[in-house]
Amino acid sequence: MSLLDLTALELGAKIKAGEVSVPEATRAALDAIEAKNAENNAFITVLNDRAMAQAEEIQKKISRGELTSPLAGVPLAIKDNICTKGVKTTCASKILGDFTPPYDATLTERINAIGGVVLGKLNMDEFAMGSTSETSFYGPTRNPWDLSRVPGGSSGGAAAAVAARECWYAIGSDTGGSIRQPASYCGVTGIKPTYGTVSRYGLIAYASSLDQIGPLARTAEDCAAVLDAIQGKDPRDGTSLDVPAGGLLAGLTGDLTGMRIGIPTDCFGQGLDSQVREKVLAAAEVLTSRGAVAEECSLPIMEYVVPAYYIIAAAEASSNLSRFDGVKYGWRAEGYADLTDLYNKTRTQGFGTEVKRRILLGTFVLSSGYYDAYYRKALQVKAVIKSAFDRAFERYDLLLMPTAPAPAPRLGESLSDPLQMYLSDIYTVSVNLAGLPGISLPCGLSADGLPIGAQLVGPALGERNVLSAAHAYQQVTDWHTLAPAENGGAE
Amino acid sequence: MEWETVIGLETHVELATRTKIFCSCTTEFGGAANTHCCPVCTGMPGTLPVLNKKVLEYAVKTSLALNCEVTRYSKFDRKNYFYPDLPKAYQISQLYLPIGRDGKVPIKVGSEEKVIRIHELHMEEDAGKLVHDNWIDQTRADYNRCGVPLVEIVTEPDFRTADEVIAYLEKLRSTLTYLGVSDCKMQEGSLRCDVNLSVRPKGSSEFGTRTEMKNLNSFKAIARAIRYEARRQQELIELDHKRVIQETRRWDENKDASFSMRSKENAQDYRYFPEPDIPPVELSESYLSEVKAGLPEMAEAKQARYISAFGLPAYDAGLLTETRELADFFEETVALGADPKETAHWIMADLLRLLKEQGLEVKEMLFAPETLAAIIQMVADGKLNRGTASKVFEAVFAENADPVAYVKEHGLEQIQDTGLVESTVADILAANPGQVTEYRAGKEKLFGFFVGQCMRALRGKADPKAVNEVLKKQLKG
Repeated sequence: MSLLDLTALELGAKIKAGEVSVPEATRAALDAIEAKNAENNAFITVLNDRAMAQAEEIQKKISRGELTSPLAGVPLAIKDNICTKGVKTTCASKILGDFTPPYDATLTERINAIGGVVLGKLNMDEFAMGSTSETSFYGPTRNPWDLSRVPGGSSGGAAAAVAARECWYAIGSDTGGSIRQPASYCGVTGIKPTYGTVSRYGLIAYASSLDQIGPLARTAEDCAAVLDAIQGKDPRDGTSLDVPAGGLLAGLTGDLTGMRIGIPTDCFGQGLDSQVREKVLAAAEVLTSRGAVAEECSLPIMEYVVPAYYIIAAAEASSNLSRFDGVKYGWRAEGYADLTDLYNKTRTQGFGTEVKRRILLGTFVLSSGYYDAYYRKALQVKAVIKSAFDRAFERYDLLLMPTAPAPAPRLGESLSDPLQMYLSDIYTVSVNLAGLPGISLPCGLSADGLPIGAQLVGPALGERNVLSAAHAYQQVTDWHTLAPAENGGAE
Repeated sequence: MEWETVIGLETHVELATRTKIFCSCTTEFGGAANTHCCPVCTGMPGTLPVLNKKVLEYAVKTSLALNCEVTRYSKFDRKNYFYPDLPKAYQISQLYLPIGRDGKVPIKVGSEEKVIRIHELHMEEDAGKLVHDNWIDQTRADYNRCGVPLVEIVTEPDFRTADEVIAYLEKLRSTLTYLGVSDCKMQEGSLRCDVNLSVRPKGSSEFGTRTEMKNLNSFKAIARAIRYEARRQQELIELDHKRVIQETRRWDENKDASFSMRSKENAQDYRYFPEPDIPPVELSESYLSEVKAGLPEMAEAKQARYISAFGLPAYDAGLLTETRELADFFEETVALGADPKETAHWIMADLLRLLKEQGLEVKEMLFAPETLAAIIQMVADGKLNRGTASKVFEAVFAENADPVAYVKEHGLEQIQDTGLVESTVADILAANPGQVTEYRAGKEKLFGFFVGQCMRALRGKADPKAVNEVLKKQLKG
């Protein structure tokens, strides 16, 4: 068994015990990236020398007993929309192609503080806008289970890198499903925590009221350990919450006795692939076998969630992305006549099609005369969605639903029909609109050998239950241990 | 036809917090370009604004002082537009739920009193500044001012004359400086004004089409711009039979005229929407009463107290309370035991004159209340006569030197020795027999001549009252 088949916590334990050195683990990961990145394109930037130097430093600190996190020394990779001081942070866009932030995101600081070795920056949809990781200026990422298929998005690089055993865990971001959906397509575990639990300082904003950073890893346990390290109040993010530090990993008991799980029938209707339905409902039985009580329930919001999400997200994006104008940093078009021409040329040539589509959509819905009909209405729908979840959580501790309507599509299939692509976010976007925690965990393979993900959603700050249920499931199943074959397909 | 001018004001006030509204950069004026900024105020990717609590406190204080209803649940919004001095391409401001609403500011023009209604008061961030270098034909951006905290105070269209506008602005400036929330320096841009103006036939209840004038950098410019614009609009309607176009105009102080900047058709759509990065601001009643309790005594209240408690004339009370610093100086001097009327006299006659001569503000001077109190005490004790005291004041003023030591060092103490005064007077009379004869023959005007001679002989150190008495006695002979 290779080092790379270990979970993050297993590797951390071996490092702590002195059985594996940090440079050794880092070297193994860099070799795997070297071997696989050409085919799956999970990384935009690989930090060979920097990672090795960091590994040496961290090994020294661990040997001196200065680092005590269970993840100390475990190498990881970070989505390329999270700022890393001195390391290029592109958002997979041409317009930030040469942008090297002079500051770290709070996330990066917290990873540094526990002794995480940063292997590189992960590919994604440009500015996190997309569900396939095909809109990257640096080429699409491919699904390690089937290289003709997409890994999902926008954290496609993160899911692919974890699935392909190029790192032990990865940090992604999720605005409408961008951690959970690629986790489901790539057969890994990924959690979007409650809005505000992980600081957004240094996360290049797509839709500020929905963006949330979270981990993708092999297991729910690993996700809990990462969250323990990265969550908590940050004075630099006014929307960050005062959540108690740590305790999630320690709270994973595997005992689900009496836990009430609702299965919203609204999420199992038209448009859902029959194999996905079957595997997700089978997961409910596993959870029941561990002591949970599952029953069908209602969540009558599904037809509104996608339009509300795309209006709110696009509106905020149109404002957030206005700063990329070629004046201060990043890429600037050549041959402009005046200021307006500089703006026009830079933004026309610097952004990709999907980003421009959402900027235009967002600009439109905020325009005077349309604001009330679209943006204000979407905010009202958001409030309705939140109260529908509130009502459900009066009766249930968790909700179980699919992560995505179907397994990973082939490259090119989704981009040809953006509306269809938007609809594939139907099970994930409502969780962002309501600000709730949601985890995607592998629950089976399709007939084609593609991973299928089940999603567990909890009430605000209900991470403990979400992770406990996922952990209890993984204690008695082995879907999360499956790895794609080197040439695609299950091993 | 008789016309009426209708004016509303939008005043931007820079708050005197030490740090910026959303980051911890200094708000200090000036500084080399781009040295007072950080990733947050320059809107670098991924950075987030966090509201400075002091800004909120100052905005609440101002709202209370302007008799506004303070919004218990207020929010920030984004105002989106592209310009190189605005690095995020949006300004964080408040549109939907501003911190203060429905205020009232009483003003007085001559003997007439009037209340100006405040529509709203909101918090926002300042933008940077663009510097055009003609030599190399390049425009450079300086982001030092980005994120400097402002409140914008918007009035209802309640003004009818330039005098009312100036009275309001003076009142506003006094209020803000009393609160200590702004230094209100127009030349540094910490008080800026936009004037919305329209004209209508007197007696009409409908508003005319208004224009907005920007770039008004002094009270003088504001008054001139108002008179100019009112005349321009009247002439446009009456003489040219045209209509006023709703537009933004720029005041050019050198040309003494305003020029069109952009019309309403070209007005920008700012696409305001709630700022998602800053949580709503919720104010508790206990917070509000705490701020209320911390409000200082304002100018009117002080004036009333000076009149009733110290017996000062209304004019003096008005002068002493013109700025909070001066009022504080007065009160601190009185608190040290100095007679209030004497103190007022010294401040108005000597202190204000010296400040004016030296071009200083009260807060810039070193001169301390203790020093003035000591001078007043020496006069009261008869150790110093009033004329010499004035010279001592002038001598110690600049460096706030010890007046007691100064008097001793220069031998200026008033002559207490009555024998010396009597012998000096006798000497002077003996040396001027002709004038003595004339005086005794009825030329009483000569009395001043004798006083002058005696005081000169005594090097000004005698008590003039004592000299007078001795002279009268000896002249009677």
